[in-house]
Amino acid sequence: MTTLKKPRWWHGRSAVIGVPYAWLLMFFLAPFLIVAKYSVSEMGTITVQDVMTVADGIVKLAVKYSNFIFIATDGLYFHAYMNSLEYAFVTTVLCLIIGYPFAYFMARTKASLQPTLLMMVMLPFWTSFLLRVYAWKGLLDEGGWVANLLIATRLDHVLAWLGMIEVPGQLMHTPFSLVVGMTYTYLPFMILPLYANLSKMDLRLLEAASDLGATPWVAFWRVTVPLSFAGIVAGSMLVFIPCVGEYVTPELLGGPQTLMIGRVIWDENFSNNDPPMASAVAVILVLLIVVPLAIFNRYQAEAQERTS
Amino acid sequence: MSRGKALFSATFAKGFGRAWLVGGFLFLYLPMITLVVYSFNKSRLPSTWGGFSLDWYAKLINDTEIINGLILSFKIALMSATGSVVLGTMAAFSLVKYRRFRGRTFFSGMVSAPLVMPEVIQGLSMLLMLVAVQRAVGFPPRGLLTIWLGHLMIGMSYACVVVQSRLQNLNPQLEEAAMDLGARPWQVFSLVTLPMISQALVSAWLLTFSLSLDDVVVTAFLSGPGATPMPLVIFSRARLGLDPSVNAVATVIIVAVAICVGLASIWVVRSERRRAAEISAAQRADSA
Repeated sequence: MTTLKKPRWWHGRSAVIGVPYAWLLMFFLAPFLIVAKYSVSEMGTITVQDVMTVADGIVKLAVKYSNFIFIATDGLYFHAYMNSLEYAFVTTVLCLIIGYPFAYFMARTKASLQPTLLMMVMLPFWTSFLLRVYAWKGLLDEGGWVANLLIATRLDHVLAWLGMIEVPGQLMHTPFSLVVGMTYTYLPFMILPLYANLSKMDLRLLEAASDLGATPWVAFWRVTVPLSFAGIVAGSMLVFIPCVGEYVTPELLGGPQTLMIGRVIWDENFSNNDPPMASAVAVILVLLIVVPLAIFNRYQAEAQERTS
Repeated sequence: MSRGKALFSATFAKGFGRAWLVGGFLFLYLPMITLVVYSFNKSRLPSTWGGFSLDWYAKLINDTEIINGLILSFKIALMSATGSVVLGTMAAFSLVKYRRFRGRTFFSGMVSAPLVMPEVIQGLSMLLMLVAVQRAVGFPPRGLLTIWLGHLMIGMSYACVVVQSRLQNLNPQLEEAAMDLGARPWQVFSLVTLPMISQALVSAWLLTFSLSLDDVVVTAFLSGPGATPMPLVIFSRARLGLDPSVNAVATVIIVAVAICVGLASIWVVRSERRRAAEISAAQRADSA
């Protein structure tokens, strides 16, 4: 009976796996390999010189490292990579500072209220990312109410002192506006995994800590925070990784000071019309992202093992 | 003494918690509210309130660039949401139901990679591949079709995540029971599995629809002359500075999305409730 049935299952099975598999190989892996190939080729006069040429049945490989050498020697690229990592890091820290207490208090409110609060955090997900970034343009530009508020409270002097803006009063197109925009758009990515983690915590552990003489403050730092470590890692990576390669926010809210690597790739391709160079920059960016990604995956796998 | 202190800190913590939540929600919502409010501003500048007006909406109707962009974007979003849900469901089904097949780890890595890969890289890589294909066979031209392929690639991953988490929580005994009663695999899927994951399919569809409607970077890499979808129109105007017409479009989009999400979540809650009622009715009948 089972031997009779098996072929049917087998057909359905191979189609269900095969179609998305083939799709991913074609539209995710193949483009990626093409980028890798482009990164070791050079621009000819108009078109890209092919790495591989077939002449008289002989395959010739002409791998050029000039793009990578150029990236290594030109300070602009190093600067852009460093900027990207720095702004992504600052954004992640800010999201954590705002998001952790937020998720914590959300997980401790009345159970009946929590689905509504969760829905309210999710809702910005559904509204356009582009429009959320654009909204800050109106707030921080000259005459915007947040800009006026910051200037009236003289907080702009503090920001200038911190080096987030160049001169007091000028808030747009500065590292400040960039970081605010990215924090705003990525905050839900921090809150959601933290909330998922904190709402599952066993509250009896806190009772036990208090029975053993810990003050709420001590219990928070020595019980709650270590237990939510997986959530902290997940949220931080979900904010950090996309921020490194961000393009829209630096373009709309950043300034000449805040060159990020996403913009470099875009400009190499569109303005300089140099896909090989853009590809080389992209390959290095992928290598930069692989490390935090590996950390993220390890923690996800560990968290899954613990639940199952 | 110590009891009084503890009480004080408890009420303080409660107040502090509430204030933090309120502050967080203000941070999340005030910028959007401001955006909507200024779409009704008669004045061009955000610094001055020139009185309430619908001028920008009136201008929107005659703005062919925006109207055409909106139509094109809706077409692409419809196509990519539908395609993403089909492909994403297949991928999720493979990952959840088939625990073992050759290259499974590699497959699951590829499915989730687009979620974290910077969009600039995805757009660039897709563009370079399509250019290579175009040079070889003269097809496809850059435009609706190429944008659709790009959105499909990202949307599939999101759809897969949503459907996967639902499939993992399903009770496998229901499908096994159907098989024991003689249903063919396709019948098991369409009569048992599909109704149970329908809510996840709806939310995956809505999510990929709104992602497609919103995407700037991949769209910019893959669009061609004459095909300028909505996000590119908004982006190019926003780049030049503040533009009340952008606020007006934004308001229209936000309201439309809010209505869709609201209706869908009402539907999800209702069908959830109905199913719970049916299950408890069945259990009662069983025990009687």
